[in-house]
Amino acid sequence: MAVLLLAEINDGELALDQTAKAVSAATALGDVTVLACGATCADAAAEAGKIAGVSKVLCAEDAIYGHRLAEATADLIVSLAGDYSHIVAPATTDAKNILPRVAALLDAMVISDVTGVVDADTFERPIYAGNAIQTVKSGDEKKVITFRTAGFDAAGDGGSASVETIAAAGGNDLSEWVEDKVQESDRPDLTSAKIVVSGGRGVGSEESFAIIEALADKLGAAVGASRAAVDSGYAPNDWQVGQTGKVVAPDLYIACGISGAIQHLAGMKDSKVIVAINKDEEAPIFQVADYGLVADLFDAVPALTEAL
Amino acid sequence: MKVLVPVKRVIDYNVKVRVKADGSGVDLANVKMSMNPFDEIAVEEAIRLKEAGKAEEIVAVSIGVKQSQETLRTALAMGADRAILVVAADDVHTDIEPLAVAKILKAVIDEEQPGLVLAGKQAIDNDMNATGQMLAALTGWSQGTFASELDIDGDHATVTREVDGGLQTIKIKMPAIVTVDLRLNEPRYASLPNIMKAKKKPLDEKTAADYGVDTAPRLTVVSTAEPAARAAGVMVADVAELVAKLKDEAGVI
Repeated sequence: MAVLLLAEINDGELALDQTAKAVSAATALGDVTVLACGATCADAAAEAGKIAGVSKVLCAEDAIYGHRLAEATADLIVSLAGDYSHIVAPATTDAKNILPRVAALLDAMVISDVTGVVDADTFERPIYAGNAIQTVKSGDEKKVITFRTAGFDAAGDGGSASVETIAAAGGNDLSEWVEDKVQESDRPDLTSAKIVVSGGRGVGSEESFAIIEALADKLGAAVGASRAAVDSGYAPNDWQVGQTGKVVAPDLYIACGISGAIQHLAGMKDSKVIVAINKDEEAPIFQVADYGLVADLFDAVPALTEAL
Repeated sequence: MKVLVPVKRVIDYNVKVRVKADGSGVDLANVKMSMNPFDEIAVEEAIRLKEAGKAEEIVAVSIGVKQSQETLRTALAMGADRAILVVAADDVHTDIEPLAVAKILKAVIDEEQPGLVLAGKQAIDNDMNATGQMLAALTGWSQGTFASELDIDGDHATVTREVDGGLQTIKIKMPAIVTVDLRLNEPRYASLPNIMKAKKKPLDEKTAADYGVDTAPRLTVVSTAEPAARAAGVMVADVAELVAKLKDEAGVI
């Protein structure tokens, strides 16, 4: 069995945590070859080669893979697919954009957001916003899979895989990149942070989110938000934790002014320790919290920041 | 331009899902069903394109059990012009996989020749997030997924996408498949007069066999289980107690 793993690379930089977690999930399936592609990706390819369990790295450096547009990237993966039984990636928005396209081109059914590997054909994945876990067995010749990284430990370093440069496959006249609007932040990445502090509708405004951010900065934490907070414009979309946002599983998750809708719980209920601060003692968030504090977040959150 | 909008009948997003005791799946008998919330956003966007003079006709398509015609009537009441129901299952518990759905939609596209497909980015039942991308692959069209802004300008569309790092804007060639995210718009409610009018709008009924598509699943469901429950937590009286618990008991700060 041989696995082709699409490394997560943004603007030439390897997202090590997510890629290493996918590697650890993929090593159960066979020999892992990492595909690095982008407008520049040589450094990322070299770094991916150091992940333990990676046996080879393919590096496709070409302008058409810049910003990893789905059409060109899917064509590249399909051109390489013949050698592999499994084509996998960490379940990032990039991979979720690309891999279903790859699967359809290979006449296979993609298996999204896998949280457990039973055997080479059989996988566990959450459905209904994580309210049920389904075990599915694929009958496809080639399996195309995205791994929900929150469920896997990152593979360590110490690998010494060779990097092979490969040529671009075809062109792309279907799509072109225009611009990225990326939030610049010194905080840790939301999906790999050890601590996440999140705010919900109860925070009430974009300005008030400053108290959530102050607590996060005191703890060296990432900042998250509920869908309600993002929809209301209190927080940017890339902070959203939930069924359709990011799925996180930090050591500590502090939910402030979040009621705990099913869709939000789907994104954080695998956190090791959950703290809920909410003034409504009936809020469903308290049912999943290890520590609940019924209090006005405008008093409790600054007090907590002060006390730490 | 004609716009094709696939809509799916799913368990209502407010309903608490229950796993069947024998582990064979989720109990959908006598449960409130609704249009997948992302598909409502797609229908709304199609209507706005029509209102802006950029689309002439909106065709809603649903693939699944016969009861999906209720979902199509909702789309018609919102403002779609006509509907196509593709009956592909008898049992409400049968979920047609995105690959089979994409193949049927490809066949519908071959007949209908739309200039744009607007679809929800994922269905809230199987959470696969795949149909739009698969349809783009089968048609060879461009794809603009997870759209929070859409601007159609002649033979191109500009799509702003919600991605992990923030927002990405791309320009894609038409015809295109666009899948919509939460922030694209706020769907309208169908008014009572429009619900009445929708009953008279055309709704064609087809089967998967009419399109020559085999809907046999590629993924066999081995079992369906409840997720592991979290142990009950404790309530703390104040911030000082919370800090003490986090330091001494949980050891996380």
